Amino acid sequence: MARAITSQRKALNTALAWGVGLLIFFPILWTILTSFKTEAQAISDPPVFLFFDWTLENYSVVQERSDYGRFLWNSIIIAGGSTILGIIIAVPAAWSMAFVPSKRTKDILLWMLSTKMLPAVGVLYPIYLLFIKLGLLDTKIGLVIVLMLINLPIIVWMLYTYFKEIPGEILEAARMDGATLREEVLYILTPMAIPGIASTLLLNVILAWNEAFWTLNLTAAKAAPLTAFIASYSSPEGLFYAKLSAASTMAIAPILILGWFSQKQLVSGLTFGAVK
Amino acid sequence: MATQHSQPADRLTMAPPAPEPASQPAAADHQSGTKHARTAARLMMAPAVILLLGWMLVPLTMTLYFSFKKFLPLRGGDLGWVGFDNYVRFVSSSAFWPSVQATLVIVGGVLAITVVLGVLLAILLNQPMWGRGVVRILVIAPFFVMPTVSALVWKNMFMDPVNGLLAHVWRAFGAEPLVWLTEASTQSIILIVSWQWLPFATLILLTAIQSLDSEQLEAAEMDGAPPVKRFAYITLPHLSRAITVVVLIQTIFLLSIFAEIFVTTQGAFGTKTLTYLIFQRVLESQNIGLGSAGGVYAIILANIVAIFLMRIVGKNLDA
Repeated sequence: MARAITSQRKALNTALAWGVGLLIFFPILWTILTSFKTEAQAISDPPVFLFFDWTLENYSVVQERSDYGRFLWNSIIIAGGSTILGIIIAVPAAWSMAFVPSKRTKDILLWMLSTKMLPAVGVLYPIYLLFIKLGLLDTKIGLVIVLMLINLPIIVWMLYTYFKEIPGEILEAARMDGATLREEVLYILTPMAIPGIASTLLLNVILAWNEAFWTLNLTAAKAAPLTAFIASYSSPEGLFYAKLSAASTMAIAPILILGWFSQKQLVSGLTFGAVK
Repeated sequence: MATQHSQPADRLTMAPPAPEPASQPAAADHQSGTKHARTAARLMMAPAVILLLGWMLVPLTMTLYFSFKKFLPLRGGDLGWVGFDNYVRFVSSSAFWPSVQATLVIVGGVLAITVVLGVLLAILLNQPMWGRGVVRILVIAPFFVMPTVSALVWKNMFMDPVNGLLAHVWRAFGAEPLVWLTEASTQSIILIVSWQWLPFATLILLTAIQSLDSEQLEAAEMDGAPPVKRFAYITLPHLSRAITVVVLIQTIFLLSIFAEIFVTTQGAFGTKTLTYLIFQRVLESQNIGLGSAGGVYAIILANIVAIFLMRIVGKNLDA
């Protein structure tokens, strides 16, 4: 009897959760579906859900007319470049804080976090001005630097949290066995640190990919990534729902896939270890 | 997208470069605390510390510097020091209080919606069910959608008064479709932003709820405590810390939402938040002094929130 009630409840939970889940996901699903419609079908009344003539036309039109590939390339360079640069700078820092901690380590970590809290708009003009003076406005390298700096605190924090979990005893044991520092780093620490570095990489690519304050304000035609490309659809001409959907789908698809892989690290990464 | 103005900025003095960090760690001795290791540790930390120090100090100094000047790059350039004039003018301009109100309503609205729905969703997702992994993925997905995409998709494909899906729904019930972004502009922005942040709240609250000792709940159930009481006296107190973290982190991000307004209302119809007002002062009307004073206010505001967040994070670091 108790069993029956439980499985009944389980069915009810399942139905409810799937209903809510699909409702939340619906805007994304609708965008993906619309991207395969013709412009006329995209605004047909009543709306068509699944039974329309599926077409890939929008995708090729978006690429042809607006040179989508260039924006995609800019996004890849900016998100990837800023993340890799950030990791190169953060790994030694996080490493030394985790393995040679001092009285000040905690203060430094918290101070780094506090720089993340600086509202971007508060320093918009100085950065804008510096970019003009240094010739960085509308360049990929400029955005790589800015996005690296705004995500550096998160990268250091995530890496620190992961490195902290590597037990020090293993290092001591290796030293006892006569491992040199180079061997220690190369054969013991690095393999243990790779999963942590990988998930840090993943989360920060996502954050940089979606960043939409600096990418909108510091780029024009040349270095604009996908965030800015999509924003250019905000003043449309004629029928454009299907094309907007195709462009949007292409812009979010890679990150949706990466995001699903990184969902476990998301919580500790974004709350700076305050919720695990 | 950025408009590129030619800048008659030759009279500007650049803020001095960041000084060497004074806060190098005075490394305490640890098991590996030889002098050599400590020096190496400092060197390894130096690039990150110096970069962040520069990133913080240089623009901040410049913002402070400009905030005390009358500075209009397109209309005469640097017109001298004006003391606290900009601070007074920013607060007394007719756009200021509406922008404070818009900010509070949007941040407060999104926080209320995401926390309440987040708690409910977290409880639901914690129940036994089939296909929980898939549902989790569906719920998290909006968080990964870039802000410009979600704002534009909502604006055009859902909130458009003629062809939007919501207009179809309204008509199906015989109602007159709403012109969302003009008639209910603030609510529309809250809806869009809540959709983006609900996954974040849900995910964190779900993680917190999973650490709840189920024996406690079962014991309470045995003793005849009704679900409402079990929620109020066991689940909610257990979640309080996670809720605080969600509120603080979201507040910091929500205070500076930009793209969602930039591509929908452009700050019209009562959706001009403090962030958007400063953006307009700085880049659209190129009144740098005034915008910088606004920027200093925004920084102070964010810091007030940040202090509370840091305290929680710091406590956790000790544990």
